[in-house]
Amino acid sequence: MEDLLVIGGKEFKNRLFVGTGKFANYPLMKEALLSSQIELVTVALRRVDAGSKSDNILDYVPESCTLMPNTSGARSAEEAVRIARIAKAAGAGNWVKIEVIRDNKYLLPDNLETLKATEILAKEGFIVLPYMSPDLSIARRLIEAGAAAVMPLGSPIGSNRGVKTKELIEIMVQEINAPVIVDAGIGRPSHACECMEIGCAAVLVNTAIAIADNPIDMAKAFSSAVYAGRTAYLTGVHAPLDDAQASSPLTGFLRIDK
Amino acid sequence: MSYYDFYTQHKDLDPDKFFHHNSRIIIPDSLQYLLSYEAGDNLEEMAKMARQITLRYFGKSIQLYTPMYLSNYCENHCLYCGFSAKNNIKREKLSLEEVKREAELISSTGLRHILILTGESRKESPVEFIKDCLKILKKYFDSISIEVYPLENTEYAQLIQEGVDGLTIYQEVYNEFTYSQLHPYGPKRNYRFRLDAPERGAASRMRSVNIGALLGLYDWRYEVYLLGLHAKYLQDKFPDVEIGISVPRIRPQVANFKPFCEVSDRNLVQIILALRIFLPRAQITLSTRENSELRDNLIPLGVTRMSAGSSTAVGGHIINTDNQAKTCQFEISDKRNVEEMKAVLMNKGYQGVLKDWLKI
Repeated sequence: MEDLLVIGGKEFKNRLFVGTGKFANYPLMKEALLSSQIELVTVALRRVDAGSKSDNILDYVPESCTLMPNTSGARSAEEAVRIARIAKAAGAGNWVKIEVIRDNKYLLPDNLETLKATEILAKEGFIVLPYMSPDLSIARRLIEAGAAAVMPLGSPIGSNRGVKTKELIEIMVQEINAPVIVDAGIGRPSHACECMEIGCAAVLVNTAIAIADNPIDMAKAFSSAVYAGRTAYLTGVHAPLDDAQASSPLTGFLRIDK
Repeated sequence: MSYYDFYTQHKDLDPDKFFHHNSRIIIPDSLQYLLSYEAGDNLEEMAKMARQITLRYFGKSIQLYTPMYLSNYCENHCLYCGFSAKNNIKREKLSLEEVKREAELISSTGLRHILILTGESRKESPVEFIKDCLKILKKYFDSISIEVYPLENTEYAQLIQEGVDGLTIYQEVYNEFTYSQLHPYGPKRNYRFRLDAPERGAASRMRSVNIGALLGLYDWRYEVYLLGLHAKYLQDKFPDVEIGISVPRIRPQVANFKPFCEVSDRNLVQIILALRIFLPRAQITLSTRENSELRDNLIPLGVTRMSAGSSTAVGGHIINTDNQAKTCQFEISDKRNVEEMKAVLMNKGYQGVLKDWLKI
């Protein structure tokens, strides 16, 4: 049976989601998305200029991709809600990644404002994916409020530090009955693979692909890593042990006596 | 507590003694080291670090904007400024119809960010006049920043209500004694009121606040040190406000003022690198004061915002160049338009971003 991720009634084969900021140009971004068969992208609505003939980022999002506008720049639930509504009214669909950030230094999300925005937008029929600091209680409340998935950060946005919040994310994966998608801080394909190995449903990567010398190849590398990690998770990754276990048991010869 | 309290702790530092540091490695959180004479010998390593930081936080993109001068009436006698009340220049103020024409022309280039400027005259360009202009401008632009005389909190709040989201205000010179010498007459003599203006703007919920020092008016190390600490102070106090920095070098103007302090290209590079490393998340703006060749070379070193298609004359976007020379604040050096700047950025592997905010 094919391994598909279902969110908001849509099926995704590729569990690598991609952010569209920071690329050197839109055609390059499009090529990176196409060559890795990316199926979901997030776009900051603040960057969308629907009236522009040559600079509308939406023209470079492949038709095969589900578009998830994000509320980048929102400092409160109220602003996030307004941005989501503007996106919907502009024809960008009803998916939204809620981002409410009141801290420009670390870009850490404000979970309480995020929860408020989720409650409002889910009721209005949006498919809501909130970006959050990993916290089990808040994750539960987000899902209760109608979030289609939760998106905890691995480490601060753009930091390339990997899954520093792994233990908390593992708990969320165990306890949350909804997709857990790691967003932010994924700097290397091995980080993405690690997220998938512990059972995350998907990862969202932007900076590491966008600023790579070759974003097309880097997107492919991430896509492969996500696939590898997912396959390992499904196959069953063994828990680590404290000491070595010989592949050929040292007492194997005793069987001869039987 | 205001930044003035921090300023007073540092105001007596002697640049020749203070900016020495014998560290062999870059110390990112020491602005004293980053601006030191010794760090000046380590620019290549600093450049590598600054480039990495900028890529990580801002990606391969540079935001573009253009200034629009609404009025050049001014009551101040700033010795270095073309708008000084003492200068015999043609005084002008845009009519609302002209504001509309300028807006149409600028927005036709694709730019969605604009910076509006006035001289300091509450009589000729009062807050009400700025508000009237905003009613027109917000139909054309997604982000409007102001660079006008310092205002009270309530006035900033009124302008935010009318569509302003960014405040730019330069202290010009942080050294208070030099400030008093360079501003002999006019409301701008009030050093504290200007110094606290960025804080009043941030407290009034401006989305972004951009501060700067006009390089050349006093020892550049001293000035950039106090500018960097000011930005850090604002970042720490207002974590949800985007703090930006500008480091304009003084340009030729009608007043024919000669800089007190030489700031070479090499010095400017050290300044940008130091500020980028010290303040990784700060926007750094580079205006068309600098020439095109230098601007192009500075792109990968930490700059995140550049002006394009600029004019420093009132109505400079709709009137011809001959008239501009009579009313401009200072001469611009890089005269490339938006399309040309986008092409240059593209060649350098960067995207010129024309829109990075939306009215909400």
